[in-house]
Amino acid sequence: MGKKIGIENSLAAAEAVMMANVDVVAAYPITPQTHIVEHLSELVADGELDAEFIPVESEHAAMSVCCGSSAVGARTFTCTSSQGLALMNEIVFIAASLRLPIVMILANRSLSGPLSIWNDHTDVMSIRDCGWIQVFTENGQEVFDHIMFAFRVAESRRVSLPVIVNMDGFILTHVIEPIEYWDQEIVDKYLPEFKPVNVLDPDHPVSMGTFGMPGIFTEAKKAQDEALINSKPELIRAWQEMGDLVGRHYRPVETNQSEGAETVFLTMGSSGETVSIAVDELRSQGKPVGQIKLRLWRPFPFEEFRDAVRGVKRIIVIDRAISYGGPGGPLASEIRSLLYKEDNMPVVTNFLCGLAGRDVTPENYIDMYNRTEKLSKGKVREEDYIFYGVRE
Amino acid sequence: MIKSEEELSWKDLHVGCVVYEPGNASRYKSGDWRSNRPVWDKEKCIRCGVCYIFCPDMAIKKTDEGYFENDLYYCKGCGICVQECITGCIKMVEEEE
Repeated sequence: MGKKIGIENSLAAAEAVMMANVDVVAAYPITPQTHIVEHLSELVADGELDAEFIPVESEHAAMSVCCGSSAVGARTFTCTSSQGLALMNEIVFIAASLRLPIVMILANRSLSGPLSIWNDHTDVMSIRDCGWIQVFTENGQEVFDHIMFAFRVAESRRVSLPVIVNMDGFILTHVIEPIEYWDQEIVDKYLPEFKPVNVLDPDHPVSMGTFGMPGIFTEAKKAQDEALINSKPELIRAWQEMGDLVGRHYRPVETNQSEGAETVFLTMGSSGETVSIAVDELRSQGKPVGQIKLRLWRPFPFEEFRDAVRGVKRIIVIDRAISYGGPGGPLASEIRSLLYKEDNMPVVTNFLCGLAGRDVTPENYIDMYNRTEKLSKGKVREEDYIFYGVRE
Repeated sequence: MIKSEEELSWKDLHVGCVVYEPGNASRYKSGDWRSNRPVWDKEKCIRCGVCYIFCPDMAIKKTDEGYFENDLYYCKGCGICVQECITGCIKMVEEEE
């Protein structure tokens, strides 16, 4: 197996991109993604990575360049955060509709304003419906592994879709962790040469990004939706193969002590680790509590999620984004909607917390559990959500 | 022969809606957009070709006699030829259909 290195997660992520033998990196620096881009730029400048590094003038240009390079058959990477994602928004949707297998790390950071550089999920939730495959990671190792995974599934000819790897800003980007690197030969085995479904080639001309009249637009969108839904078996296969090669096993929905649990926490991203401490503590007090971590956000793993919550009485949904005036945080509103009409539908409580980097401790999660016990005795309405820890 | 738009199901579309036949947009009848069409007065026309040069859709053709006329399949009736004509020999007339 590969060697373990103590390294900042961002630098390890950049080196994973290098080991994935990327051809083109087009990115614009933005906190807290900066160290990833800087290190890739350094690796190219030092001749360690044989790739084009394109220092674009904005994120809009970054994603535009990525579309161009992916369309000519180059393995393409970019990364951004928050306002940068907002600026590239237009092209993010186009990349998916053109089925271009670009890989992007999103170093999750809150969207302004007030201006903030800190971590939450308001950026990714703003592009929930962009049509990309979207996965969440909990630590540096998961980021490293999921860069290989992202290229593998994006470029699979059965998928041909772009992939976002969500990585919590600062909490993951700026910490040093022991990362087990993959051996290069394992990477090469896992990641075959990129053979695009479509390629811009003067000898075999095609048109990409054409006009779609009302008479064809619905069909185009249906085809895109089916492509995203049908990517799931390929994602599961790629995770299984990764497990066989490196011994770490990932699934669309992951659980911790959920056997026999009456109440489960539901998280995405790095807060899962903090919740696991709270779950251990509650279990030691004899409370039937477990945890569900959503690794795959799109396509949504309905079947796996319903299996995971079967028999559960209460779900504590941790949202790290807001849907102002809406039916709860973006995660909770989807969970309530997918459980609608399920037999013995669990009570769903929804806490908005960790906004713009505010610390949420294991004690806070234990407090949310206690409040949920109390709340679930009354009536929890769909539109109920709690700004956890807000000063009244 | 590819299917017409109305016959295509979502399953018929290529990945990413890529078009494999270059230039097939020429089959699209942009003339359907027209509500007015340009008409040339041969008495005033000096056959300079300014209308031909300025037409943004290349929808003006030269006749054997050296005069100009529009290609009704593509002409959208934008009226740029009328605007640019030096002698004022082109007028827009309403389509009567």
